[in-house]
Amino acid sequence: MKLRIKFSKHGCMKFIGHLDVMRYFQKAIRRAGIDIAYSEGFSPHQIMSFAAPLGVGLESDGEYLDIQVNAAESSEVMVRKLNQVMVEGMQVKSVRLLGENSKNAMSIVAAADYLLRFGQGFPEGFSRFLDRKEIPVSKKTKKRETVMDIRPLIYEYRIESEGVFLKLAAGSVDNLKPELVMDAFFRDRGLEWNSSSCQICRLELYARTKEGELATLESLGDVME
Amino acid sequence: MRKLALSDEILLKIDKPARYIGGEVNAVMKDPKEVEIRFAMCFPDVYEIGMSHLGIQILYNMYNQRPDIWCERVYSPWTDLDQIMRQEHIPLFAIESQDPVKDFDFLGFTIQYEMCYTNILQVLELSQIPLRAADRGEDDPIVIGGGPCVYNPEPLADFFDLFYIGEGEVSNLALMDLYLEAKKQGLNRKEFLRRAAGIPGIYVPSLYEVSYREDGTIRSFAPLYEDVPAVVRKVIELDLDDDYYPEHPVVPFIKVTQDRVVLEIQRGCIRGCRFCQAGMVYRPVRERSLEYLKKKGREMLKSTGHEEISLSSLSSSDYSELGGIVNDLIEAAGQQGVNISLPSLRIDAFSLDVMSKVQDIKKSSLTFAPEAGTQRLRNVINKGLTEEDILTGAAAAFEGGWNKVKLYFMLGLPSETEEDMRGIALLSNEVARVYYDTVPKEKRNGRVQVTASSSFFIPKPFTPFQWASMLEPEEYLDRARIVNHTFKEQLNRKSLNYQWHSPEVTIIEGVLARGDRRVGRVIEEAYRRGCIYDAWTETFRYSVWMEAFRTVGIDYHFYTSRERGLDEIFPWDFIDAGVTKDFLIREWKRAREGKITPNCRAGCSGCGAKSFGGGVCYEAEN
Repeated sequence: MKLRIKFSKHGCMKFIGHLDVMRYFQKAIRRAGIDIAYSEGFSPHQIMSFAAPLGVGLESDGEYLDIQVNAAESSEVMVRKLNQVMVEGMQVKSVRLLGENSKNAMSIVAAADYLLRFGQGFPEGFSRFLDRKEIPVSKKTKKRETVMDIRPLIYEYRIESEGVFLKLAAGSVDNLKPELVMDAFFRDRGLEWNSSSCQICRLELYARTKEGELATLESLGDVME
Repeated sequence: MRKLALSDEILLKIDKPARYIGGEVNAVMKDPKEVEIRFAMCFPDVYEIGMSHLGIQILYNMYNQRPDIWCERVYSPWTDLDQIMRQEHIPLFAIESQDPVKDFDFLGFTIQYEMCYTNILQVLELSQIPLRAADRGEDDPIVIGGGPCVYNPEPLADFFDLFYIGEGEVSNLALMDLYLEAKKQGLNRKEFLRRAAGIPGIYVPSLYEVSYREDGTIRSFAPLYEDVPAVVRKVIELDLDDDYYPEHPVVPFIKVTQDRVVLEIQRGCIRGCRFCQAGMVYRPVRERSLEYLKKKGREMLKSTGHEEISLSSLSSSDYSELGGIVNDLIEAAGQQGVNISLPSLRIDAFSLDVMSKVQDIKKSSLTFAPEAGTQRLRNVINKGLTEEDILTGAAAAFEGGWNKVKLYFMLGLPSETEEDMRGIALLSNEVARVYYDTVPKEKRNGRVQVTASSSFFIPKPFTPFQWASMLEPEEYLDRARIVNHTFKEQLNRKSLNYQWHSPEVTIIEGVLARGDRRVGRVIEEAYRRGCIYDAWTETFRYSVWMEAFRTVGIDYHFYTSRERGLDEIFPWDFIDAGVTKDFLIREWKRAREGKITPNCRAGCSGCGAKSFGGGVCYEAEN
């Protein structure tokens, strides 16, 4: 059976990097007594995969991992068991059953929502900046510098009372980090973007359905009664 | 949510911020208003090393079982954060509460190796606590040191208010009770320390006076007051099936050195190798019961979710219920994808059988510690392992499919000759030869890999070799070169690999191990000149240490190459570690005669540890 776990990551937990979050969940699943499936071989490992790595320093309300289990209980019981072994700042929000042929989370991520909270105000002109047809950004790789247009990768944006909302392309095909958008905007305003001036929270991850709509990763699984 | 001591800006700038944020699984949180004593427990090295230490986990559990004590952890900030904290005057904090250490009642250090001494000063200074005990006031924490290095605490005497000699389970809670009583009675720091000196195992260095002869050796070492004991006897836990062993150890977020459940199966060692301090000061051997370990092992796996469990002891093969505990672990761990690791096993049919069950033979290597290259020298150091043991063990292992072997040696042992040095290469070559003789060509999985490494021998207090003299750095290197050259001459040289340790670290460790109170000034000077993390190759600076010796006016040879007489008063002689000086002298003489001494189970040698009233010394009687 394939299950999808959604969790949030707040407070001090933002300093725990992706590889350590993986280690954390491997141990948490053992502590919770979940009957996870192991790979064959001399040093078996849990069958587990994460949707999309989250950078150190970012918080999240919508992180996902898929696991393979031998047996499952109801969604409610599993959420409760997992939350009994979580640390402060990590919370399991849902456990859903996936179809046997469903693709794993990592391969289907298409978009992500972010909320950026600024401590000391946010420069004006963000809407006008995003009204442009093209936003070229230079990208440095090891060998050369290329210019890429990030505008098509910004699906939505809003300035809300809490901060700046962004819906951005994510996943293995096109991936745009919110920091890169801010860097481009601040640069455009002749300012320097300082990542510690704002707290970024990833709100949700989406996959693209056959119809071309965005659907949350959670909605692709079913609640187990 | 907890508020962190460091800003986000700092935490995102430094390497591995998870070292400093606490909040791990099983970390103990309490309300500071509900407790009487705040205890900061420090391992003076980086988090990943300190978190791997079992002793702290035991004491952490023991203190926190008491509702009136909150014990928290402190580690050395790595050099990146160290710089920032100095620039911005951020006081060092305990990682649970994130509160400054300087506001605690106690700051305890576990002192596991000499090369962490400058890190102790780093932790004190970053905590904004005066380095010297004499400069501390009523509001500063009481600074305690414990662990194997305090069997000679003298080089650190100026920096500590008190030392705890022996196993932490015995007297620490009595010390806490005395502190509460002293607080109630309104006693000051001095009065508290004076009373603490009466608790078994406690040594208060400021209450003793040392005088020296003209040749620099100690003339006298005595307490300043009549009510202060002249001899401090180590304390040990006789019943290891106690309530203090953790069932819910802290689980780090980042990968630490010992990222697994650790089951301490016994303390002490019956073998009596003459160079080994642990083998002498942890006497007598005491075992934990099989039932106790079964219960603890299961509980710890459940509460941590670790994927590996390891047995811990100085010599696992000597544990009388080894078969029982191993079979139990295989049964308990097998179903959950938990790995078992079994360090310090003697290589024989039993252990090979067990290892083939729990390890991936292709990946794992076998380890032998012959320590010396010839039988003559192995007899001198009382290492019971013979060439035949090694070669027979290796042959059996090769037949079982292993093809990697590690061999550990020491160079610079007392009475060592060129033949002994060359013997290291010859023995390594023999091991490789056994592989090619035992495993037919068609079954070989490539070449055998024999990795030999040598450290330089450092005489330690409370060992029969505490009288031995050390060599000069160049002489150490010359010996390593002789070994290396002999390796190059061997038939199987392509299967052999030889590495040796730094002779420079050896010299400093040697001085710190057998130093007296005057060495404290060298440590402080080296620290002032920027030495920290001396145990790390990338940060160890020998030239700075040498400058420190010159500035302070101390010749290091006094502590390394000088011949010591049997009647010399050693800085650590006021400690009663169980093994008597008579026994050590007897062993030192037998060593020079090349005579071996039987292990504790084969026959009692009257070392003195029987006086503790338990353990292996009474096995035959029960």
